[in-house]
Amino acid sequence: MRPFDYSRASSTADAAQQAAGGGTFIAGGTNLLDLMKLEVMAPDKLIDINRLDLSQIEETSDGGLRIGALVSNSDLANDTRVRRDWPVLSRALLAGASGQLRNKATTGGNLLQRTRCLYFYDRATPCNKRDPGSGCAAREGFNRILAVLGTSEHCIATHPSDMAVAMRVLDAEVETLKQDGETRRLTLDALYLLPGDHPERETVLEPGELITAVVLPAPIKDAQQTYRKVRDRASYAFALVSVAGIVGLKDGRISHADLAFGGLAPKPWRNAEVEELLIGETPSETLFDKAADILLAEAQGYGANDFKIPLARRTLVSVLNELTKEASA
Amino acid sequence: MTEVFKMDAPATDRRLDDMVQGLVGAPLDRPEGPLKVTGQATYANEWQVENMAHGVMVRAPGPSGRVVLSNRDDVAAMPGVLAVIQDERLLRNPAQGKANEAPVQGPHHAAYMGQLIAVVVAETFEQARHAAQSVKVTLENAEVVAVTSDTAAVEPQESKTLDQGDLETAMREAAHTVDATYTTPSHSSTPMEPHASIATWEGEDLILRGSYQMLKYNRNELADSLGIHPDRVRMLAPYVGGGFGSKLGIAPEAVAAAIAAREVGRPVSVALHRQQVYEATMRRSDTRQRIRLAADAEGRLIGLGHDALVSNLPGETFAEPVLQASHFLYAGANRKMSMDLARVHRLCCGSVRAPGEAVGVTVFESAMDELAQQIGMDPVELRRRNIPDKDPESGKPFSSRRFEDALDSGAKIFGWADRPGVKERREGEWLIGYGMASAARVNVLMESQARVTLTPQGTARVETDMTDIGTGTYAILGQIAGDMLGLPRDAVEVVLGDTSLPPAAGSGGSWGASSSGTSVYLACQAIRQQLAERLEVSENDLTLKDGRATFDNQTRGLADILQNDEIVKLGHVEAGETSEAVRQATFGAYFAEVAVHAATGETRVRRMHGTFAAGRILNAKTARSQCLGGMTFGIGMALTEELAFDPRDGHVANHNLAEYHIPVNADVPQLTVELLEERDDWANPMQAKGIGELGICGAGAAILNAIYNATGVRVRDYPATLDKVIAGM
Ligand SMILES: Cc1cc2nc3c(=O)[nH]c(=O)nc-3n(C[C@H](O)[C@H](O)[C@H](O)COP(=O)(O)OP(=O)(O)OC[C@H]3O[C@@H](n4cnc5c(N)ncnc54)[C@H](O)[C@@H]3O)c2cc1C
Ligand code: SF4
Repeated sequence: MRPFDYSRASSTADAAQQAAGGGTFIAGGTNLLDLMKLEVMAPDKLIDINRLDLSQIEETSDGGLRIGALVSNSDLANDTRVRRDWPVLSRALLAGASGQLRNKATTGGNLLQRTRCLYFYDRATPCNKRDPGSGCAAREGFNRILAVLGTSEHCIATHPSDMAVAMRVLDAEVETLKQDGETRRLTLDALYLLPGDHPERETVLEPGELITAVVLPAPIKDAQQTYRKVRDRASYAFALVSVAGIVGLKDGRISHADLAFGGLAPKPWRNAEVEELLIGETPSETLFDKAADILLAEAQGYGANDFKIPLARRTLVSVLNELTKEASA
Repeated sequence: MTEVFKMDAPATDRRLDDMVQGLVGAPLDRPEGPLKVTGQATYANEWQVENMAHGVMVRAPGPSGRVVLSNRDDVAAMPGVLAVIQDERLLRNPAQGKANEAPVQGPHHAAYMGQLIAVVVAETFEQARHAAQSVKVTLENAEVVAVTSDTAAVEPQESKTLDQGDLETAMREAAHTVDATYTTPSHSSTPMEPHASIATWEGEDLILRGSYQMLKYNRNELADSLGIHPDRVRMLAPYVGGGFGSKLGIAPEAVAAAIAAREVGRPVSVALHRQQVYEATMRRSDTRQRIRLAADAEGRLIGLGHDALVSNLPGETFAEPVLQASHFLYAGANRKMSMDLARVHRLCCGSVRAPGEAVGVTVFESAMDELAQQIGMDPVELRRRNIPDKDPESGKPFSSRRFEDALDSGAKIFGWADRPGVKERREGEWLIGYGMASAARVNVLMESQARVTLTPQGTARVETDMTDIGTGTYAILGQIAGDMLGLPRDAVEVVLGDTSLPPAAGSGGSWGASSSGTSVYLACQAIRQQLAERLEVSENDLTLKDGRATFDNQTRGLADILQNDEIVKLGHVEAGETSEAVRQATFGAYFAEVAVHAATGETRVRRMHGTFAAGRILNAKTARSQCLGGMTFGIGMALTEELAFDPRDGHVANHNLAEYHIPVNADVPQLTVELLEERDDWANPMQAKGIGELGICGAGAAILNAIYNATGVRVRDYPATLDKVIAGM
């Protein structure tokens, strides 16, 4: 760990101010500290945001929820409103990490956690995300957990968050505060960047831009929600493939189909064409298979992760079966 | 001089059965448990040694080449840095178990990526770590070296070759045959407590607080590595947070700490971090194993073959002994076995959780399942039919062997009779299957010594350099002494983990409890003898209980008998002719129920049972815990555990606990264990055999066989991760 300056922010404005000279926020620290110990991240200045007043979950006027950036993953998962009206989010959170980690991990930190690509964590190997231009060791290396969609020739890392997949399917928006005091709202789609030529840039956030909250729109009525996480052991493992689904049926036809995917891409993945295909149709294996065809049309494996393509298909079909059965019950 | 007791004849007197204190066998708690769970047991790196500096080791960034620290001076000048050391004596890799001498040394040439090639010492741990991470290591004249068995030079192991009868003909003529090749990946011991040592020099004398399993060897290995006399070295390891083989031999951090402490003239602590534990301790070899089985129409084996390919670093003689139990578990006149050793530039292979049988029996038991399936026979019955009446190769008799009982009892407890046919049972999206496998592990007795002191206050002290690596040594040695001397468990103090005490067998190869336990038994027996002499009775007529001796219709307290004397006796056991005269092993059977998701191929073990026979059980609780641990490792071996190597430079890619998947609680369902009552007179005077490793030897096969039963998919490459399962569905 490289020596660094440490200061505590007293207000969101103070945090943004302090970050002006270039600083890194620390929330739960469950990802950042690991990376600092390995010197994969070596900030000169840590700004501790844990004392900020961002730990509330409030109802919004349009029936949604405003979740403070410091709400812990445990508190969010166990919030009765979330469990009742946005169960996909609660399930996704509980499918992530372990009890201890969830107690520490925050909503903002979870969104901005870095990839689990093993080469990213190992400074003896080339990695464009860590050292732009050095190459990508994972492409021809051990890439079992890495992406098959949205990759570039420079990086095939996945975004590892479960929570973010659920937030994506819920059309959540991130509220931020910039250094100059300006605030903005970003959908998760807009927040995250694909690696392209610059895998080191993961989001559109500017240096020192603070996430203050995540806003959930009003719950979707008359639809079933689930989060299915497929992984290498029963708990405490990142998703190989995950599916967040919200599906409704009306008169035997699919009336609502929101689907987001984890473990497949550098950001929580969503494909409007898949959803459009499903809407208005009667559920069937053939239909679900077609949905998978569309989802995976561009998918590319890199050897050890080839299996994710058939796995994603099987998981999607299984989830759609489950949700449409529940919806018709 | 104390006599050495050699185990030359069966111990049919079964003296422990005559004792009345009621301790041996009882499911007593580990006495040090409360210390451990409240953080009061001091582990190696937790000692607060005055004026201590901190060392962090530096890794080789590739598998070959001359190691050059190109910015050494800059690093030496960093804040707090006391020394940057690349001493000739640093270890290339840990010593093998029982090596008793230094392993390959020298930090100037990289043999594998992750090799620890220097140590940076600083005032604080943080300074040392940052400085170590700042070292720029270049590898000059690096060559392309083999990092997988597929491309490596292979050395046939002639001494492991067996050719008895004519297997080829048997295969041709048999009614049923199996000829299948299986692979198992490398495993890491990855104990909870990373390897750590604190070295303190007092003049020419070294005190090393470490985390080691076999101190009497470790002291010699450390001394030899440093080039000093073993008398100058004292090692302390009263608590060890797990070893699983990785702490059998002296490891790089101990030697680095000793060298560094000498150089900076202060005590130095060197702890490996988790990544280094994965990269630079020991791995279990990956294996490729071809199993051939030839059976007659009734399922009787007429031949079997076991050909293995294992790997290790150049210069290491250890070759994962996967054939070990194949020699005696099943009958069959025509037998062929061989082993090849591939030389690969990956971290060293050594003993990891039941070397040999853990993966050898597991694979063999998968093949037996294939045979049962082919014949259409109950897999339990197939095993039962092939239990040999004597060792099928040497013709020697077996010592105690309740193998058939374990199969039958295990099947009954589990409810094996209700097993579904292949792909027959389904619950929603989950496919349900049952599987079973046999368990077998060789039993050994090792030389071991202990001193026991009986005091007039009615207490006893057991002293030996034996270790407790979380297994229950403190518990059982106290139980043995308490029973033999007629003292309540609390009246016996057990002192372990100090090389200034009588040298013990150490914790390894499942021999620790029976070997060190026997030395305690013998010392106590000598004390009983002396008491009997004082009382002028025969030792056989002496009953000791609760600090009182009963003989000739009278009862006297120990204080009264001893007056003010203590009785101090040394027990010293060595293996003898019984090791050669008979085939000694432990046996058992596993039964597992799994659910496999029809869409995703994820497997969940729903329940698992093991019945085991391992001689006299010294403590039903710690023995059971060992079996639970073994079966848990079996779940890992079957489903999740695998060291993943980079295909180009051979480094361990998944070198952390998040990505090296040992089973977590959610992977481990209700496990049940039955321990069969048994006495093995040939094993030692306590009739106890090793149980530490038995629970893993074959366990994984029960699960893969259950996956087959559930899905019809036969996964032959362990572990059965979901990608392999869906590939077959
Ligand atoms: C062993 C292990 C297993 C795990 N398993 C899973 C899993 O299965 N699924 C899963 O989803 N996650 C998993 N995680 C990841 C875990 O969810 C994240 O580490 C956690 O959510 C990060 O939150 P934090 O508050 O600790 O973030 P920090 O570590 O404090 O910060 C992470 C990043 O976010 C930035 N940041 C934090 N808050 C803000 C803010 N308000 N505004 C701007 N920037 C901010 C920091 O500067 C830093 O760059 C696992 C982690 C570990 C260590
Ligand atoms: S996949 Fe991305 S994060 Fe991983 S090594 Fe390649 S560039 Fe780095």
